Amino acid sequence: MKMIPNALGRMIPEEIDGRKLKPFLGAHATHGGGRKAGPPIRATVDYKDKLRSSLDEAIEACEIKDGMTVSFHHHLRNGDFLINMVVDRLAERGLKDLVLAPSALFPCHEPIIDHIEKGLITHIEGSMNGPVGRACSLGRMRKCCVLRSHGGRYRAIQDGDLHVDAAFIAAPCADSHGNANGLSGPSACGPISFALADSLYADRVVVVTDNLQPFPVIPWVIRGGNVDHVVQIDRLGDPEKIISGTTRITRSPTRLLIAEYAARFVRDSGIMDEPEFSFQAGAGGISLAFIQHIAEIMRERNIRSAFARGGSMKYLVDLLNEGLIGYILDGQAFDLAGVRSLRDNPKHIETDPFTSYNYHTKGNFAQRVKISILGATEVDLDFNVNVNTHSDGWLLHGTGGFTDATDGYITMITAPLLRGRMPIIVDKVTTVTTPGETVDVIVTERGIAINPGREDLIERLKGSDLPIKPIEELHRIAVEMTGEPAKPVFGDRVVALVEWRDGTIIDAVRQLKP
Amino acid sequence: MLHKFCCKLLSSRQILTNFCKPHKRIGRLKCRPHRTCQKALVSAIHSMRRRIQSHNCEVRFMTRDNPLLKPCRTRRGLFIQCFPKGHQTLRALGVDHVELEAQDRGALDYVIRARVEAGVRRLYEVAEPGCPPVRRFEPEAPVKDRLRRTRLYLPGNNPDLMLNAGLFGADCVILDLEDSVAPAEKDAARALVRNTLLSVDFGSTERIVRINPLSTGYGRSDIEMIVPALPDCILIPKCDGAKDVKDVEGIVAAIEKQNGIETEILLMPLVETAKGVLNAYEIGAASDRVVALCFGAEDFTADVGVERTKEGRESFIARCMLVLGAKAAGVGAIDTVYSDVQDTDGLVESTREAMAIGFEGKGVIHPAQIGPIHQVFTPTPERIEYAQKVVAAIEQARAAGSGVATIKSKMIDAPIEKRARRILRLAAALGLLEKDTEE
Repeated sequence: MKMIPNALGRMIPEEIDGRKLKPFLGAHATHGGGRKAGPPIRATVDYKDKLRSSLDEAIEACEIKDGMTVSFHHHLRNGDFLINMVVDRLAERGLKDLVLAPSALFPCHEPIIDHIEKGLITHIEGSMNGPVGRACSLGRMRKCCVLRSHGGRYRAIQDGDLHVDAAFIAAPCADSHGNANGLSGPSACGPISFALADSLYADRVVVVTDNLQPFPVIPWVIRGGNVDHVVQIDRLGDPEKIISGTTRITRSPTRLLIAEYAARFVRDSGIMDEPEFSFQAGAGGISLAFIQHIAEIMRERNIRSAFARGGSMKYLVDLLNEGLIGYILDGQAFDLAGVRSLRDNPKHIETDPFTSYNYHTKGNFAQRVKISILGATEVDLDFNVNVNTHSDGWLLHGTGGFTDATDGYITMITAPLLRGRMPIIVDKVTTVTTPGETVDVIVTERGIAINPGREDLIERLKGSDLPIKPIEELHRIAVEMTGEPAKPVFGDRVVALVEWRDGTIIDAVRQLKP
Repeated sequence: MLHKFCCKLLSSRQILTNFCKPHKRIGRLKCRPHRTCQKALVSAIHSMRRRIQSHNCEVRFMTRDNPLLKPCRTRRGLFIQCFPKGHQTLRALGVDHVELEAQDRGALDYVIRARVEAGVRRLYEVAEPGCPPVRRFEPEAPVKDRLRRTRLYLPGNNPDLMLNAGLFGADCVILDLEDSVAPAEKDAARALVRNTLLSVDFGSTERIVRINPLSTGYGRSDIEMIVPALPDCILIPKCDGAKDVKDVEGIVAAIEKQNGIETEILLMPLVETAKGVLNAYEIGAASDRVVALCFGAEDFTADVGVERTKEGRESFIARCMLVLGAKAAGVGAIDTVYSDVQDTDGLVESTREAMAIGFEGKGVIHPAQIGPIHQVFTPTPERIEYAQKVVAAIEQARAAGSGVATIKSKMIDAPIEKRARRILRLAAALGLLEKDTEE
């Protein structure tokens, strides 16, 4: 396999599985051009009755053949039953060499590994988490996998890089026409718009629901006009694992300290005092504590945020209800409060990756977010960030919305300096998910590093009493405590490609020698 | 009987290096016992406590054929990974008569050392000093007169909490070997606290170790192992009289001398009985090393036979008496902890009361309590400004040959000056004064 360097100097294959690869050129180096891929033309006359009596009947109607691509989505998270159900049935039909295109996988999808080994699935394009990622690291997929962000997945569909033959969309609430949303029913999960691109571009679209309601289901996040078949089944998933009853702020003093530093950084940067302040923070322990701190500062200084980017959860919903934020622009709900608010509050808006993250739009709102708080498994001295592999080389996480969220004004990584005895800040990351040019600040409990490329931020933070240090110093502190970490031993085979948002290849994940 | 092995094992950097593979998130090291030693070991192992455990490191010793002690698979599969080099290294060291199994889930080097050492100590007599890691920081000499507004308690057997304890801004941390450590784990905590003192940088935070009372039998071992690691201060629990302080001082001084330690480790008696309260003055005056008396409400209320309340009325008189005793002896007075971490308003109220009756600090059980307490003990700009005016007025008067000054027709005499100067010293220590106006 011929390897070539990309703009970051990472070695990637020139070609893999017959596909010529485009090396990463720079975070913002590629522009549009050409025409988008299109779905097949259908006629309404053929869609008088879309309701199928069983999943088998719907699969049969999709005419899935060997080598085709089947897509799924992750809004039911670790409670999802649908992926395993469909994949089992595809196996029963004796199919082989399928490509699986999920927006993310969870530990509940471990049974897929068996189907990979038996030849049903050659590889995965999209995201791998937990056990399936581990299987990929061990080289158990026949072909090379592709890791894409949520926005990158939409781009790939529009570019034709990812052609979906059949999309199976889990719909917590749907009607017989195929209109669907995630707002009610036993499997209610909040937004389901990760599936929107598939519904628009896939050859065949199947809506699967455990809550069939009379027409019309409103709002129709998935529009019936794009749906081929509707199937009602008993249960789409396990409600307790789809969504948590409540999200909780960390009690770890170290993580609370990191959250406090992050909020003080935002305050001292002055961006809160400028028009259209907005923020994005996830549902992790540090993020939730950050939201609390930011809210406190907003109250003290009588500041209103124009919008907050979800995932939504109780803490964000409380701020919306208090009037501290104008809108929640939501991609997923992490708890029941998030689902209820999305259903009942007109200022809580469901958004899809076309509007939030997609590289091939005429601007997306991730660009308008002032501060994004993100986590990482590793950051290196060039501020490159790894969220896919751990320092021991295992591929354990999908990219999610990470690379897309770096489009805002400040991208801030919050993480403890050590995980166990592994430093978070390393000389070179095991895998580059995001180039350093898009990452602005690293906040740890032992200090904050600002990317030297962000002279404006360095200027803004002059006079702050925060412990701002060069990233090299944070690295030195970590290594003093842990010793210089040994590097994992990889084989030569490339088992997964890490795609940048624009479809170029930013890094390659190699098979791990366990 | 197996001394040689212990020394080899514990002093070997190589074994720890092999064990502590930084790129491995978890690990296992194992060596099987030699048959000839098996019988002797079985009885020794039966009588010992089998595990030393914290969430990221666990050490067990066992014999191969004892079903009671066989390793089990945990749901995280922690027993699956192993280091082949671990076997080779042990063999190379001639360790072939004991089985050591250590579950390592990413612990730092000094934690693993402490766990292995404690495990070995449970089986064999280990010659002192055991296996302390190399000191990473040269601590500054203990400072008698310093801020002690907050003392953060940390359980001595929990390595995770101690690692970052210096980051939260507490004036002091207390690495606790007493109440937060179960009797069966005293030895493990002792080794861990010693290694922590040698390996972790607490910055400018004062490092205090709470030992066990000498009467328990653990106290002397605590001092013997801890003093060579140079803590700033030793917190002596359940001090009833001057003798408790003097006994500890004697042992500390002897070990300092034995180890060629030139600085004097400070002492902080913890008064938590009725008798102790009545003897507060003699306890405070028992040694020049004493820097402050602390009050322990939990044990005090148990001793007196009353319920502990949030308001603390049941201990109010005792706390006042402790302050008086401390001040008479010329040392500081530090209040007890406020136990409800969630109740910030109650904490602030309790701290205000403590300050009002003369305490200079409070115990802290969570870093979230540090900020509110510091806020109470920080003089307001108005108080600082008034104190500056007082000092300026009195100095002006002295320059004019008078001993008395006035501000707005109010007489400023010696006690007012004394209080003003104390506020300015505190403000200076907190960096609230311009350099040229500092005392």
